[in-house]
Amino acid sequence: MRIRIRHDTTYHYDVPVGGVIQMLRLTPRNHDGQFVVDWRIDVSEDCRLDAQEDAFGNIAHVFTADGPFVALTVLVEGEVETQDTGGLIRGAVERFPPSLYLRETALTAPDAAIAGFAADARAAAGADPLATLHEMLARLHRDVVFDTDPTHAATTAAEAFALGRGVCQDLTHIFVAAARALGIPARYVGGYFHRSDGVVAQDAGHAWAEAHVPALGWVAFDPANGICATEAHVRVAVGLDYLGAAPVRGARDGGGAESLAVRLLVDQAARQVQS
Amino acid sequence: MPAAFDEMRGSGGDLRPAYLQLARWLGELPPGFLPQRMREAELLFRRIGITFAVYGEADASERLIPFDVVPRILAASEWATLTRGLEQRVKALNAYVKDVYGKREVLRAGIVPEDLVFQNPVFRPEMNAQRVPHDIYVFIAGVDVVRVDADSFYVLEDNVRTPSGVSYMLENREVMMRLFPDLFARHRVAPVENYPDELLATLKSAAPATAAADPTVVLLTPGIYNSAYYEHSFLADKLGVELVEGRDLLVKGEIVYMRTTEGLKRVDVIYRRIDDDFLDPLAFRPDSALGVPGLMSAYVAGNVTLANAVGTGVADDKAVYSYMPEIVRFYLGEEPILKNVPTWRCREPGHLAYVLAHLSELVVKEVHGSGGYGMLIGPRADKATLAAFRARLERDPKGFIAQPTLALSTVPTCVEEGIAPRHVDLRPFVLTGRDRVRIVPGGLTRVALKKDSLVVNSSQGGGTKDTWVLDA
Repeated sequence: MRIRIRHDTTYHYDVPVGGVIQMLRLTPRNHDGQFVVDWRIDVSEDCRLDAQEDAFGNIAHVFTADGPFVALTVLVEGEVETQDTGGLIRGAVERFPPSLYLRETALTAPDAAIAGFAADARAAAGADPLATLHEMLARLHRDVVFDTDPTHAATTAAEAFALGRGVCQDLTHIFVAAARALGIPARYVGGYFHRSDGVVAQDAGHAWAEAHVPALGWVAFDPANGICATEAHVRVAVGLDYLGAAPVRGARDGGGAESLAVRLLVDQAARQVQS
Repeated sequence: MPAAFDEMRGSGGDLRPAYLQLARWLGELPPGFLPQRMREAELLFRRIGITFAVYGEADASERLIPFDVVPRILAASEWATLTRGLEQRVKALNAYVKDVYGKREVLRAGIVPEDLVFQNPVFRPEMNAQRVPHDIYVFIAGVDVVRVDADSFYVLEDNVRTPSGVSYMLENREVMMRLFPDLFARHRVAPVENYPDELLATLKSAAPATAAADPTVVLLTPGIYNSAYYEHSFLADKLGVELVEGRDLLVKGEIVYMRTTEGLKRVDVIYRRIDDDFLDPLAFRPDSALGVPGLMSAYVAGNVTLANAVGTGVADDKAVYSYMPEIVRFYLGEEPILKNVPTWRCREPGHLAYVLAHLSELVVKEVHGSGGYGMLIGPRADKATLAAFRARLERDPKGFIAQPTLALSTVPTCVEEGIAPRHVDLRPFVLTGRDRVRIVPGGLTRVALKKDSLVVNSSQGGGTKDTWVLDA
């Protein structure tokens, strides 16, 4: 599938901002199931985008924009050719052995409830790690209610699991925490998802998980959709948790209160994108 | 526990040569002289303003560390051995950190288990495969050394993150020279006053290749609420560099600048006394208000030197410590000059079983602890304490190591009943620059003021002494 993405984020500041620095992880790379045909980032203010490869192999861009200004737009757009690989991720840039992805982070620390959830899933699935991961995927998709209200970017896996609610980020954190609790290396993936129901305009990017299974390598699980990753998934960045793969991390000098407007269109490239 | 080695009287009671003059001088003193000098010393310290925040004491957010006026003396030959051992150790520590974030040969060779690196909370994945200026990670090391007899020095702990205490070394010397000029006249004491010059030379030598001919160095502090803030301001003053907080710096186009009254000034080297976690909210803790947004991007672009490098903690936790002899052999192909205290790693079931069976004889420490907190001294612990520690060990064996209780050497110390031996350790400061290693002769001697106590940490009632290294 050829997927066309147009993602712009506009920040409005109540008073003119003195300066902004942002670190962007918004550039997909190729792997066996994905080929980046065309991609660009455009920042509304005059600035230089410095590209770096981060420790996990993601392409990161840093820019600093000097104020004063009252609005800033970061536009990302491009086309990616994808193939269904049954969720297997091969040919991706790997900078660490899988065991690194057993690290616990503040956002993915398992509490007793998550550890119990993981143990139950394993008991139900038998000892096989792949079956266990599928069991966790199905249970999370069934039991955790998709709800954008109660959680935010800093919500931990344990908090979201206790609520039984959350967005794709929360579901991914829970999945990652549970897999690691069983000694299965797991990581967070940030990216885009093409909806099959024809809805093109979305509120936010997508997130899912990858877990390492000895015989197969990295396998992608999308607990928000209850499926392994397909040709509908465009993989942009990986990390130990949301913070490591965050599309934008930034800081600013002044500016008062900030409001954010996101416009995201994910469509098949053959079709006309209305913007 | 065997009787401790006394650095003045040895094991047999005969005066050791380095202490001949001091012993004679002590014998000549009129009664009440030293207590009087102790009071004067305290006044001097109060005037200078050295204080130290003690964690866990709500009523004493800042307090003076007790100072003992009787110097600790090391002979030139003893110092020569120590120096060689320290230089070797820090060389190996540097090689280890570089390797862990680079080729990981030490893991492939099976010298250190992989999970000890990758699962270590202070391992910084962000440093993976990044080059740091001149491949130096540990610019400033504080290596805690103890001795148990005339010839044996053991490293108790490596401190390669943001080791503190050097201001005490400098202040102690200054106060001693004011109080006891006659005692200095009887000895040839090697100077320590040049430490700030040596530190500045070390930092400047490590400036990135893109820096100006005379690089700009700053000292980055978390601010006045940090327990070591006094030391930060003291050192910045002695170094003649700006003392800055995160908000005084900014990053633009992968370059670090300092805000000055004359506009922005490029910064080349940051002697940072902020923990990794707080350095850059874009790379580490997003809620850190102490750091500089984007600092890591300037760092990995090679445009600024951070001293010490990010992620050095992976070399100094107590579990890695137990592998140091192998680490020295692996990178340098030499036998370690300084000894390592035999260490049981409770993460290994066999070791854990031994530790649980011998708890009352051992010292048990938290792998990530410091400052003498959360430590068990088996021979001094009552039954309830031992039982509580046993439960902690069984719950989280990976979090602990155990060591035999060492009979730390003693040094004459001025206490209420007169001059009496008290246990000491020593923290020399090892500076590694691009050009060479520098170690000023001396360091911070910490002394356990309570009789028979082995805990020298200032947070636990320890004091400090001036440390004299005699010129041959």
